[in-house]
Parts: sequence; structure tokens; C-alpha cells
Amino acid sequence: MTHSTALGRTSRHVIIIALGLIMMYPVLWLLFSSFKPNTMIFTDTSLWPKQWTLQNYVNGWKGLQGISFGRFFANSLQVSGFSMLGNVVTCSLAAFAFARLEFRFKKVMFGLMLVTIMIPYHVTLVPQYIMYNKLEWINTYLPLVVPKWLAHDSFFILLMVQFIRGIPKELDESAVIDGCGQGQIYWRIMLPQLVPALITTAIFTFMWTWDDFFSQMIYLNKVSLFTVQLGIRSLFDPSGESDWGALLAMSVLSLVPIMTIFLSFQRYFLDGIATTGLK
Amino acid sequence: MNTTRRTNLWRQNRTAYLFLLPWLLGFFGLTLGPMLGSLYLSFTNYNLLTPPEFLGVGNYVQMFTDDPTFYGSLKVTFAYVLFSVPLRLIFALLVAMALNKGIKALGIYRTVYYIPSLLGGSVAIAIVWRKIFDGDGLLNHFLGFFGIDGPAWIANPNYIMHTIVTLAVWQFGSAMVIFLAGLKQVPADLYEASQVDGAGKVRQFFQITLPLLSPVLFFNLVMSIINSFQVFTPGYVIGDGRGGPLDSTLFYTLNLYMQGFSFFNMGYAAALAWIMVIIIGVFTGVIFLTSKYWVFYGDGKDERG
Repeated sequence: MTHSTALGRTSRHVIIIALGLIMMYPVLWLLFSSFKPNTMIFTDTSLWPKQWTLQNYVNGWKGLQGISFGRFFANSLQVSGFSMLGNVVTCSLAAFAFARLEFRFKKVMFGLMLVTIMIPYHVTLVPQYIMYNKLEWINTYLPLVVPKWLAHDSFFILLMVQFIRGIPKELDESAVIDGCGQGQIYWRIMLPQLVPALITTAIFTFMWTWDDFFSQMIYLNKVSLFTVQLGIRSLFDPSGESDWGALLAMSVLSLVPIMTIFLSFQRYFLDGIATTGLK
Repeated sequence: MNTTRRTNLWRQNRTAYLFLLPWLLGFFGLTLGPMLGSLYLSFTNYNLLTPPEFLGVGNYVQMFTDDPTFYGSLKVTFAYVLFSVPLRLIFALLVAMALNKGIKALGIYRTVYYIPSLLGGSVAIAIVWRKIFDGDGLLNHFLGFFGIDGPAWIANPNYIMHTIVTLAVWQFGSAMVIFLAGLKQVPADLYEASQVDGAGKVRQFFQITLPLLSPVLFFNLVMSIINSFQVFTPGYVIGDGRGGPLDSTLFYTLNLYMQGFSFFNMGYAAALAWIMVIIIGVFTGVIFLTSKYWVFYGDGKDERG
């Protein structure tokens, strides 16, 4: 009996490890291939490079039309950073109102907020584009960042509402007795309690914005404004010859911020997904 | 008394609306307004340069009677949703169950399996994927060791969807993490009790695990379907960006994008978007309506299944 369960446990481990290796293979292939000389990327089938080089990174960093990848990274950081800040500030304001304050039409508005989570982005895409075009916001970062300052990602409002409901009401009630206004309650009591939800919102907003190729492609056409995703897509030519070494090297770099954030905030991350269903 | 109450209420409302102001601006300016705008535009012909020309239901009639790309893109998208969603969820559930059995180093496995979900939406991974599945790519090299002559996955319109679906299934980690959290909630004594009753593993799965997990499954299913209908980057990058070969990667969103932003048929693109809303609405609606037959809430007392 114990023998067979031990055997079962071992074989399960073997399967789980094997599957884990298969899962990681594409990522590892990308990483190691980026250090292979360009001519060996597709001829050297072993994962581990026979010959190491940094040339791909040097070539890739040169970027496009004289604009380096450093610029693309700075652009992406700017867009993702301001988006992150916007979502954290405005979603927490709205969530505080929905979770703690009384006002007319609260139920209706809360319902509308929930519905907007399910509405596909594409149905507002065309008029939004026309609007931004009229405002002359095309080829600026405003179409990417302003929606985040208007709490447009309702998912995060819901996340914070749920979180605030878990914070004891006595905390704000005693603050009211001490003479605090709602603004002070939000600032002094709610925000410090909300930190885990704020971090979850911040990291997801950062990552989703960093990876959001579709909107970036629609609103940005000037190479000097390109983000990392647009830069990589432009290095890649599906019909002809790409400089694969440079492409893979920059692809590795494009994943670094996301991996770094993930590994530093893993706990918030995986638990956040488990409890809220964020992807 | 009455007036002070009224000023109090007014003050409360004012405070609350101040907190809500950004969201209200966003709701009216970025959601409701544009939705009404896109509904109107969907009945017009509009190219951004000249004023919209009213067509009535012309765009919709054209879509259903005279636009093979509409049906083509529907077919591509349905194929993607129908294969990727169930496969991803099945994988996620199986792996979650394997990991749930008190395995050491669970944290490491959970992380490793999650990483594809983390990175999978990026252009970089889509490019890697395209290269792995290329005719002379890694997968066919690997198959070659077994004497299998793999097809040109990317260049062949019959196989490219396999590649894109594999990429979606590879990202089962996020659903798995949610399943894993759900499995942790299943009380162990239920399994013990059923074991005493002589229930085998299969019966335990269908009578305990699955019913108790059904709310989580429901959530994963709805979110996966909504997200999968809107897929763009993988198809765009793994295909040639124009829906090729032979429209086999012409996803609905790509069709919409090309109509709106390559051909400047903004009215037609808006009409396409509304049909998409209706399709997603019907799918989620059906799942919600049927959910009362297969989603079990509560503490396991409700044992119809």
C-alpha cells in the first residue's frame, strides 16, 4: 500500500516536472537563443548556446530609423507608469464612494459599473478614435493614459469595493466621531488599509498597459513615440527576413519588467488572481 | 428638522459625487457616449473625412448578404473560442488537481505554470511561437527525431489555427490558479465520507469535486469566452497581420480593425462591433441562464448532482 502510493507520488512528480519543462521551454528558448550568434539561432538546435555573444543586444538596441530601443522603453515606462497611477487614484476614489457613501442613484450606477466590465472594448473603439482624432490626440499618449485617470477599468473598482467591504466600518465611524470628513477618511483610513488592493491594481495595470499592443498600434504611428511592443513588431517582418538575433534580444528585454514585477510581488499576484479572478 | 436633513443629504450626495467624478466622466465620455455614437455610426457610411452618410440598416444587410470576410472572420473566431476555451480549462483543472494533492514545492510549480499566462499576451511570445511552429522550426525538428514529417504549421491555412490554439492552451496558468484556490475550499471530510461509502475516484470527481467547483468553473468559463472573442495580438503576429494565409487568421477583431483603420469604413466597423456585442451577449446570456442547472452555490447541502 505505502509502496504503491510512494510510486504514485514519484510518477506524479515526474509528470509535473516534465510538463513544467515543456511549459518553460519556449521562454528558455527565447532567452538562450538571444545569446547565440545570428547564424546559429536556427541551426544550433541545442538549447544551450555553443557560442555566446552579446552582439544581438547591441544590434537590437539600435532600434529603428535612428531611434534606439532605450527610447521605446522610456516611452512604454511613461505610458504604463501614468496609467498605473491613474487607475490607482481614480478607481480607489470611486470604490470608496460605492462601498461606503450614500447617494442618489447609487444602485443604478453600481449596476452600470458592473455591466461595463463585460462590454467589449471594440464597441466604443470607433467613436473614441474619432473623438481623439478631433481632439488631435492621435500620436500622443493621451488616448492611452486619460481613460485610466477616468477609472475606465471598472474591474479594479469592483476589486477595491470587495476589499473595502472587508474593512471594519467601526474604523470610519470612530473617525467621523473624531470630526474627520469623508476626504480625510479616504486619505487617512481607507488608503492605508487598501494597500494590498492598490498594489494588485498597480501591477496589473502596469502589465496590461505594457502589453497592450492593439491600442498602441491604433493611436501611435510615429516611430519616435513607439512603445516597446510596437518596436518589436516593427523589427519583425512576417513576409521577409528579420534580424532574428536582434528581434529575440529585444523580445527578452521586453519581458524583463513584467518578470521583475511578478517575481517581486508574487504573493500579491497569485493570491490576487485566486481571490478575484484577474488573469 | 426637515431642511437640515435635506442639506445633510445634499452634502452627502455632493461628497459622493466628487469621489465618483472621474468615473462619471469616464462612464459618460468613454463608455455611454461612444456606445451611442457607435450605434448611430453603424447605420452610416463614414470615412472620417466627409460627414457620415445615413444608410439605415445598409451595413448590417451588407454584412449578412454580401461580405464573405464577415462569415470568414466569424468562423475563424468561433473555431478559436470553441477549441481554446475548453482545452485551456480542462488542462487548468487537471493540473490544479494534480498540484492539490499535498505536493511539496507547490509554490514553485504554481509559479512555473503561471509564467506563460503572464508573458503570453506579448508580441515577443507570439513571435517566438511563430518561429517554433515554422515549417523548419523547433517543433518539426523535434518531430523529426521520431521520424514524423511535420506540416508547415504557419504557412498552411489548415494548420495555423492549431498553432494559435496551442498558444492559448499554453496559458492555462491563470485559470489553474483560480481552480487551485477553489479546490482548497472543498472540505476533505467529504472525500473521506464518500470513500467510506465506497465511491471511486471517478465518482468522487463527478459528485464532489465538480459540483463544488462549479461556481469557479462558471467564472472561468464566462471570463475565458469574453476574452477569447476579443483575441487580437496572437492572430495578428502569428499570421501575417492581414489575416493570411487565405483568411485563416482573419479574427473578428482583425476584420474590424482593417475595416475601420485600413479601409476607413468607420460605419461598417461600428456595425461589426455591435454584432460582436450581441454575440458575446448571447453566449454569456446562455451560460448565465443554464447556470442554475449546473452551478451549485452554498455548503454542499444542495446535492442535486
